[in-house]
Amino acid sequence: MDIIDSKLLAKQAYIGSRTLRTEDTALLKGLGQFVDDIKLENTLFSGVLRSPHAHAKIISIDTIQAAQLPGVHAIYLHKDLPPSAQKRLPLNTPNAAITLVMTQEILASSEVCYVGEPVAFVVADSRYIAEDACSMIEVDYEILDATSDCLDALKENSPLSHTTAKDNLIATLPLSYGDIDKAFSSSAVIVQDIFSQNRGSAHPMETRGYVAEFHKATSQLTIWSAGQAPHLEKKTLIDMLDWDPEKIRIIMNDVGGGFGPKAIFYPEEALVAIAACDLNRPVKWIEDRREHFLSGSQEREQYWNIALALTQEGKILGIQLQMTHDNGAYLQWGVILPYIGVTTTPGPYVVPAMNVDLKMVFTNKGPTSPVRGAGRPQAVFAMERILDKAAKVLSMDRANIRQINFIQPEQMPYNVGFIYRDGKAMIYDSGNYPQCQTLALQKANYDTFASRQEKAKLEGRHIGIGIANFVEGTGLGPFEGATVRIQQNGRVTILTAAAAQGQGHKTTFMQICADQLGIDLSLIDVIAADTNAISMGIGTFACRITVTTGNSVFLAAQNVRSKVFSLAAFLLQCEVSQLDMADGIVYVVDQPHKSKTFSDLARVSQGIPGFSFPKGVTNGLEDTQYFLPSQAAYCNGTAVVELEVDVETGQIQILNYVMGHDSGKLINPLIVDGQVQGAVAHGIGNATLEWMRYDEQGQPITTNFGEYLLPASEDVPRVSIVHLETPSPLNPLGVKGAGEGGTIPAAAAIISAIENALDDASIFLKDTPMTPQRLFEILKKPATAPQH
Amino acid sequence: MDKIHIKVSVNHQAYEREVDSRCTLGDFLRNDLGLTGTHYGCEHGVCGACTVLLDSKSVRSCLLLAVQANGSEITTIEGLANDDGTLSELQQAFTECHALQCGFCTPGMLTTLTELLQENLSPTEAQVKSAISGNLCRCTGYQPIVDAALLAASRLKAKLIHSAK
Repeated sequence: MDIIDSKLLAKQAYIGSRTLRTEDTALLKGLGQFVDDIKLENTLFSGVLRSPHAHAKIISIDTIQAAQLPGVHAIYLHKDLPPSAQKRLPLNTPNAAITLVMTQEILASSEVCYVGEPVAFVVADSRYIAEDACSMIEVDYEILDATSDCLDALKENSPLSHTTAKDNLIATLPLSYGDIDKAFSSSAVIVQDIFSQNRGSAHPMETRGYVAEFHKATSQLTIWSAGQAPHLEKKTLIDMLDWDPEKIRIIMNDVGGGFGPKAIFYPEEALVAIAACDLNRPVKWIEDRREHFLSGSQEREQYWNIALALTQEGKILGIQLQMTHDNGAYLQWGVILPYIGVTTTPGPYVVPAMNVDLKMVFTNKGPTSPVRGAGRPQAVFAMERILDKAAKVLSMDRANIRQINFIQPEQMPYNVGFIYRDGKAMIYDSGNYPQCQTLALQKANYDTFASRQEKAKLEGRHIGIGIANFVEGTGLGPFEGATVRIQQNGRVTILTAAAAQGQGHKTTFMQICADQLGIDLSLIDVIAADTNAISMGIGTFACRITVTTGNSVFLAAQNVRSKVFSLAAFLLQCEVSQLDMADGIVYVVDQPHKSKTFSDLARVSQGIPGFSFPKGVTNGLEDTQYFLPSQAAYCNGTAVVELEVDVETGQIQILNYVMGHDSGKLINPLIVDGQVQGAVAHGIGNATLEWMRYDEQGQPITTNFGEYLLPASEDVPRVSIVHLETPSPLNPLGVKGAGEGGTIPAAAAIISAIENALDDASIFLKDTPMTPQRLFEILKKPATAPQH
Repeated sequence: MDKIHIKVSVNHQAYEREVDSRCTLGDFLRNDLGLTGTHYGCEHGVCGACTVLLDSKSVRSCLLLAVQANGSEITTIEGLANDDGTLSELQQAFTECHALQCGFCTPGMLTTLTELLQENLSPTEAQVKSAISGNLCRCTGYQPIVDAALLAASRLKAKLIHSAK
């Protein structure tokens, strides 16, 4: 579908231009309104007492001393919560495969299952006093054995993560397509290995936080949240508070990064709401970074046992996969995270048969949910690493083994064989995978790498190159909506509940709308991330907002354009075909003095009290659309990384990072480039630095930015981006998601490059993050030493 | 809790307040003065989002107590724009280079780079990266921030040369 209907072509062409963001000026002047910046009269502040144990029974809690501290207004334990809030959180994404459902309580009633689980909530005059009071609450725990590693948790004699369960297994998901037995029995070569990725967290620079205000006169409850999904939070809150859905509003103003973990519902949101109602004063809770390490959602800890069957020529015949997912202590997004992972495995390659045995396991560690990439980096790591191994075994070039296995553009739409997480057959809609790799390799000067490596060797330097491809299902349904409205003052407002955490959605929506209405961006206002802006919505995750909301804005703005023309034609007594519009004025092309402004038309469309509209006039110059994607739109890309390893220290330095990237039609290349560069930085962290570590008893041992390293300015190179723009045929704008692609292949490409830089052909790297210390240990291990 | 009387100048405006002895400088700026442009990202001195200029030197306002700033001249992000309210060269370069996404780390980036540009109008890329190596950003992947600093430096330098003529 082409977006440019010549009749509807507006004078400006914002779509596709590197438009500067309208969000920036306020943020650059320090005038943003992040959740902690909201100052309401009489606000009280709060603190959460958390479990110091990975697994324990609560014997007793003594709050007497804490309650007497001057400035403390209330202390909540589980028993003090209203009955609806004493229930466990609802599971928003149920699945029949889940045999053990265990979601979190708002405050633990009798058993704590990870370090950081909320036990008590204190409301006080200041955050300082609230934290003082937390330290004065005495909890008597009976410490229980804890699970830490998910493979150990599956063993018969393992401790239980939850004492009420019979084991630690949440779900077993067998998935398969094609004739896997034939694939393996007819293969010339089978390569197999076990890969692991460790935990990290998203670590947006703004931690979580909420402010709740209760308006007693109207029973209206308003919550400002540093979140990603206003309507999902609202849905959960309605249930947890047993509240009138029409009297609850969630607003997300400026949000300081999200990257996944802010998309879920956390107990603290219910706690501030309950306290604000009880105390009839606004209540604020702002998470500190240590709490974020403990109780913010995490991801990536999985074991991938993958076997690849190939012909002698290197053609893939089939994949056998056993994947074990460490879910942490509580279920949050059902099976979605590991499910995305395993179904991402075939990627851009023709894989005739695949068989998956997926196990999801509870452990006594922080709960998991999607973090930028959402299970896909692990899949791409396993697939691309096993392809590297196959190339080694078959003495093939790593680019070539990929090239001969690509799905060809003429095979689109391509049915992979799986059912994807959206419940639909996993059908790639579009993309040119061979060309993407070819262009990325060209940009990276792959052809001449061997001579560079040779030259470096002569200088005593160790350089390597790595390649990784991915395909990502983006723009997931069911919907996101938008209203476009021309106001009586002639300005245009876009209203949506879609929430941004730095992605520049407002500018993107404005660009889409401006082109349809032929106006400058300065005439447009955006109200977003507010459940009162539109009646339904989901949230920001899975690279879905430009696809869902963007197309809703596009369709609504087109309908408003038609309404403007119809009304103007009626008032100017001409045909629609005689009209054009620019800068908020509709005019007769041959007689430009015959015109109406948006303001004139909006006022007419509002009507005159008591008078019926003449035939041909409808009420309001506005339209609301909910774009319903029929399935995921599949983005793809290729990372090619050249780097140098200091074999004495294990330190790496990235020399060149190329990202071939196809997210369909680009609305704003400036913003998309920013998404790719930032996503790559996150991937570099996953590959080389970030490691959320727990000891064998589930005690976290990296709880600050000194112990857990994020990539800093000197760790991230300039990413050289090659855009392909294969439009998705599944939505009018032809767009696909762009926020996670940079992260997804990073670890696979970087670790392949590290391995390629080493002299020792016997080294095969299987784990992330490959920190300098880890690499140093591998390099210093004598080749003859026994493995342990 | 002890209350201590302090006098500070923030963005060229004088303030006198009674503060708790344990109140951090960042909390004082945000809560007592309402200057919420300074952000807390980690509260343990690593992320750099809370960086302000204290007598022209960059400091972590989460690690400094308000009382330690007594008698000082402080500059926060709110004080960086031109007097007429337009964006400074550095701020303007930030928007042109897409050097901010969520904007949460931006106050620390701007104050840290303001300090750099006060000392050096011809920084190399490596010097800019080193200057912000103690400021974490999770959105941008840093390079656009580096580009913005270099762009602002070249414009400021050109202005300086022009005004000297």
